[in-house]
Amino acid sequence: MSENKTTRHVSRRTVLKGSALTTGAAIIGASAPMHFIRNAYAADSFRGDPGSGKSVVLGFNVPQTGPYADEGADELRAYQLAVKHLNGEGDGGMLNTMKPNNLKGNGILGKKVEFVTGDTQTKSDAARASAKRMIEKDNVIMVTGGSSSGVAIAVQGLCQEMGVIFMAGLTHSNDTTGKDKKRYGFRHFFNAYMSGQALAPVLKDEYGTDRKAYHLTADYTWGWTQEESIKAATEKIGWQTVNTVRTPVGAGDFSQYITPVLNSGADVLILNHYGKDMVNSLTQAVQFGLKDKMVNGKKFAIVVPLYSRLMAQGAGDAAKGILGTTNWHWSLTDDGSQAFVKSFGQEYGFPPSQAAHTCYVQTLLYANACEMAGTFAPWEVIKQLEGYEFDGMGNGPTLYRAADHQCFKDVLVVRGKENPQSAFDLLEVVKHVPRSQVEYPADMFGGELGPYKV
Amino acid sequence: MDAIFLQILNGLDKGGAYALIALGLTLVFGTLGVVNFAHGAIFMIGAFCAVTMEKILTLSVKVKDTSVTFFDAYKETPYLELWFGKTGSAIIDWVVPISIVVSIPVMLGLGILMERSLIRFFYKRSHAEQILVTFGLAIVLQELVKSFFGANPIPVSAPDIVAGSAAIGSWIGLGDAVVYPWWRLIYLLFSVVIISAVFSFLNFTTWGMVVRAGMADRATVELLGIDIERRFTIVFGLAAVVAGLAGVMYTPVLPPDYHQGMDFLVLSFVVVVVGGMGSLRGAVAAGFLLGILQSFSSMTEVKSIIPGIDQIIIYLVAVIILLTRPRGLMGRRGVMES
Repeated sequence: MSENKTTRHVSRRTVLKGSALTTGAAIIGASAPMHFIRNAYAADSFRGDPGSGKSVVLGFNVPQTGPYADEGADELRAYQLAVKHLNGEGDGGMLNTMKPNNLKGNGILGKKVEFVTGDTQTKSDAARASAKRMIEKDNVIMVTGGSSSGVAIAVQGLCQEMGVIFMAGLTHSNDTTGKDKKRYGFRHFFNAYMSGQALAPVLKDEYGTDRKAYHLTADYTWGWTQEESIKAATEKIGWQTVNTVRTPVGAGDFSQYITPVLNSGADVLILNHYGKDMVNSLTQAVQFGLKDKMVNGKKFAIVVPLYSRLMAQGAGDAAKGILGTTNWHWSLTDDGSQAFVKSFGQEYGFPPSQAAHTCYVQTLLYANACEMAGTFAPWEVIKQLEGYEFDGMGNGPTLYRAADHQCFKDVLVVRGKENPQSAFDLLEVVKHVPRSQVEYPADMFGGELGPYKV
Repeated sequence: MDAIFLQILNGLDKGGAYALIALGLTLVFGTLGVVNFAHGAIFMIGAFCAVTMEKILTLSVKVKDTSVTFFDAYKETPYLELWFGKTGSAIIDWVVPISIVVSIPVMLGLGILMERSLIRFFYKRSHAEQILVTFGLAIVLQELVKSFFGANPIPVSAPDIVAGSAAIGSWIGLGDAVVYPWWRLIYLLFSVVIISAVFSFLNFTTWGMVVRAGMADRATVELLGIDIERRFTIVFGLAAVVAGLAGVMYTPVLPPDYHQGMDFLVLSFVVVVVGGMGSLRGAVAAGFLLGILQSFSSMTEVKSIIPGIDQIIIYLVAVIILLTRPRGLMGRRGVMES
């Protein structure tokens, strides 16, 4: 009985009214408020936003262990110096020479710059994990670093997905700003195509047009694109390509790949290797007598398209007389280079590497773009960097091309010095190749930048 | 023909290096039953004996380069050149042979120290525990070297007299294009000498015979009143000397860096496993076999038939050998078998 008393009578009309009200509320609740929330998020919210905090955090993701640890250490030194200068400490370095310059030495947008570091180990998976931790845990506003194109492309992809700007460090593959380019990724360093365009005329002057080239190529994205670019550029000056052989990264002993060169009929060996691989393959090629060999009535030549001082140091005497290209060298006498070498030299006691230079410049360029945008919102900062023209940073007038986020500037052709005066005096600049000679159409390597807002 | 000859020579040269590294590894496993993952690090320390010796011999008077103003750059003249002129330069030039002599007592001492202070406590532990502790030791050693010498490779040159290539083709009636670096030929000869010396020592001396007896039946040898543990300690030291010498001799071939040991570790284990765990003859045979196979698989003609074969050949052979002969080429019954 008691059960009957408490049971309420529900008519069909009441059920219909209730259903209509519930459905209406559900529609309004599900569509209109979410509509407003989504727009509000997209307009104001982004990862790493320092909000009203007094500081902003940058993420320096460099190889701290593994074969590129020395290069990574130099990159980290440059980043720390950049942070110092941004915060108004030290002598200011390139802040004094950069044109145009919106930086005031009071951090970025008045917020003190802090940083966290990560170890890429020169492995794509480790680099992505490290960048992800920086973004999610350390709330970084920008990620930068790298000494390998494989790593740079992997981290750049992650940054695009997460909506955080990636200012690439040392990466030379055409793919970084070619088929794998991203809206959130920017590269100041030059690329393999530019190396080919800068190097070919010098090779023509030094070795003539009737040459047969043999390529040994590191078997990953950077090696492939460099081989392609150098092959195209040298064939354009009349050289023939005898063979292109892919070698595993970190092979150590390259002798089994060098012995076939001896009787291949080639009179030029092009080593598309970098870092430790380049040190080893060059040393061994010289041991096999390739530097002094006569083939086809000509003196055999070895070419290393991407050169660095740290690599020349590792290769020792083998590097003497070898031609290649580099993004920057500490011996440059322009105001920007001098200011940076002075700051770096006084801070650490030795000159910076090209990796250090590009990392330092990238940090300053990002900070300057934030100042110009008046916000840390990445889509606004990206718009400031796209098409940005600047000078006073070591490579002459430079353009950050909007269509692929690649910097266009002068490239240096260098040669291993025969009689170095000190431990740092290992490369001599043979030619300043003007920017106009290394430019190419933005759509040449394909790829899509992707959206501004993710 | 020229190409095939060069690849055989290259294979023997590589094989000599592999056999030399694997020899010490299998010596330790055969005598002490220890799977020594620090063996690669010992090889690397051998190489750094040469680097250290070079740094000592090239200690220099530093004169500041006044043309450089932003940091301290120096023009360096080694004391040896200042004091002894051309004789001093010649001493510096012969740094690798000098390092060979110096590294023998250094590596022997290091090996004995490692065995007495750490390895001996793990004789009766499982192989997994031995691998963990020796791998940890390898990491410690390589990080120590990195903190002193940095991560970049450091070049050490062979003496000028053997810096170029030998015109080996003209010696045997092949073309002038057939040349081979002097130092690699010396390395091949050196590895044959060291391997022969180790075999002779173990087979033709009473001391070696006792060690072999201890390898076969430790308990019985101990019952005869022989202090076999002491001999095994010395064997560990000898294995370190062999690995160290291999490292010193390798410096002109590959500029050493702190990670070099790890690069060789996996390879030397594959050589030992293919040869048969604990078999010295097997390690040597497998070293040369894998060296020659790796060299031939890198030829363009071979790669055009099976792309990428050069990168997997060693592991492919290891898989085939283990499937068909689980004990390896010359492995003894009961070793690493339940």
